[in-house]
Amino acid sequence: MAFLDVSNLTKSYGANTVVKGVSFAFDKGEFISLLGPSGCGKTTILRMIAGFETPSSGTIMVDGQDITGLKPNQRKLGMVFQAYALFPNLNVGDNIGFGLKISGVPAEERRARVADMLKLIGLPGFEKRYPYEMSGGQQQRVALARAIAPRPRMLLLDEPLSALDAKIRVSLREEIRAIQRELGITTVFVTHDQEEALSISDRIVVMNAGNIEQLGAPHDIYNMPRTRFVATFVGQLNNLDATVVDPAAQTVSLDGQVITVPNLPASSTAGAAIVLTVRPEVLSIGQRQGNELALHGTVEDVTFLGSVIRIRVALGRNVVSLDTFNDQRAAPPQRGAPIEITLAGKDLLVLAN
Amino acid sequence: MKQNRFWAWVVFLAGAAYFIVPLVATFEFSLRMRRGYYSFDSYASVFSDPNFQTTFGYSVVIGILAIIVGIVVVVPAVYFVRLRMPWLRPVMEFITLLPLIIPAIILVYGYIRLYNSSSIIPFTGSALGTDILLVFAYVTLALPYTYRAVDTGMRTIDVQTLTEAAQIAGANTVQIITAIILPNILVAVLSGAFLTFAIVIGEFTIASLLNRPAFGPYLQNIGANRAYEPAALAIISFIITWGAMGMINVLGHFAPRTSARTD
Repeated sequence: MAFLDVSNLTKSYGANTVVKGVSFAFDKGEFISLLGPSGCGKTTILRMIAGFETPSSGTIMVDGQDITGLKPNQRKLGMVFQAYALFPNLNVGDNIGFGLKISGVPAEERRARVADMLKLIGLPGFEKRYPYEMSGGQQQRVALARAIAPRPRMLLLDEPLSALDAKIRVSLREEIRAIQRELGITTVFVTHDQEEALSISDRIVVMNAGNIEQLGAPHDIYNMPRTRFVATFVGQLNNLDATVVDPAAQTVSLDGQVITVPNLPASSTAGAAIVLTVRPEVLSIGQRQGNELALHGTVEDVTFLGSVIRIRVALGRNVVSLDTFNDQRAAPPQRGAPIEITLAGKDLLVLAN
Repeated sequence: MKQNRFWAWVVFLAGAAYFIVPLVATFEFSLRMRRGYYSFDSYASVFSDPNFQTTFGYSVVIGILAIIVGIVVVVPAVYFVRLRMPWLRPVMEFITLLPLIIPAIILVYGYIRLYNSSSIIPFTGSALGTDILLVFAYVTLALPYTYRAVDTGMRTIDVQTLTEAAQIAGANTVQIITAIILPNILVAVLSGAFLTFAIVIGEFTIASLLNRPAFGPYLQNIGANRAYEPAALAIISFIITWGAMGMINVLGHFAPRTSARTD
């Protein structure tokens, strides 16, 4: 039986339905990410799990208990907020011990647990500090400790890294994942950052306009996107308009260049317009072993990104981006120069719209 | 540039003189009770007057009660309006401004008509009832200041997120207000409290028409019958009011500090 079971969850504000009959189930100890752009309903789902929003319909079960009608303070969940939300009037020790105090844990036991928590988040001896005396990263770690100190059944993370600088964000997300693994606590993480979701999740729920677009492991979501939205939202992607030439031979025409697409569905009809997708990192400049397809075009733009150079190649109407490592010994291609790019046919996906 | 600053100083000094000269004159006059030289006799006379002590004590008690009732009424009201009913804010703004528009005399006549001894709630039928009515009247009178002070305090904190953080940790509404919200807006609440105190301590109209032994009517009585003591009382009243205002300033330094950092 699933530990977190959300079924047919719907939330409407008047005529505007922001979550449209969403269902998913996860096992105990999983790290789940709700990933999607702003307004896709991911935060609303998290807030309904927390009890801050009442679902218009549907149920939320945690560990076999229907919590849909319970107040937030009866759900035994922990939550970390984007804006840290540490209590400014309480020091770190009292912030972490707040939930324990509310639930009547004796002072001695509370102190010991707060000390354990501070050790866990790497801030031992910070009990007497106040939130304003700490950096954003430290505050968010304290917020994490506060959320897990009362040993909640589940941990909810509402874009906890969004307010932090890029470097802190990376180190803290690794820390969150390590703590989550150590405690084995089921965690729901809301983010709009696909890199964050891909790097720390066991499974990802990709959401768009109140619906689930795809649910799966990060590897599957990235390599086998099921919809055009997932393909474009998760990672960089080239979308190429093509026309089916011969379904039996699996050939398509891409701006007049005929190539074989092994993934072309058998149901395709000759002359039909299709969309092919390909990740920038699977394209190479010139011949490379394993790349049986070649396309010819013109360099439209070259962007230097440090270790990587992103080159935009015009094939005709279609423009593809490809990433290549920065080779210090070779000059990058010049704009307007003719270029041959190669790829493996299996890396070309045909997307359902 | 220099010219500009010169005139700025002239205007400033003229304005300052407008307030300070009468005050200095009043203070100087209050020291003249003993003929021929300055003394604090008028102050000694005021402080030794048993009526001063009782009326002042009475007003202090009523003031403290008005502050407590004001906090109990206003803090939860502002909290819920901010959290759950933000659309009610303009209505609250309007209602809390009414005591500034409606003269105290109208208010007190309304009270007397509504709560007289033959009404359903005969507050004015007993001394205690009238005292209670007086406290509520002062809460109403101080509402424009208390509401704004508390509202400003709540604006400085993220009420919704702090509430949610406390809720998910298991706290109920009373625990949230007392343990999280109130301590974080305490400075603002105390500012409102000192303003209430400053208003209550010298208030005349309501206390007089409800016939309560308050400090305001005592001031008026002394002013009508004595020469030097009223000046001394005016200075004492100023010191009390300024003390209350000074406390608001001092408290401002203890306001909760922002902890919004990205590093």
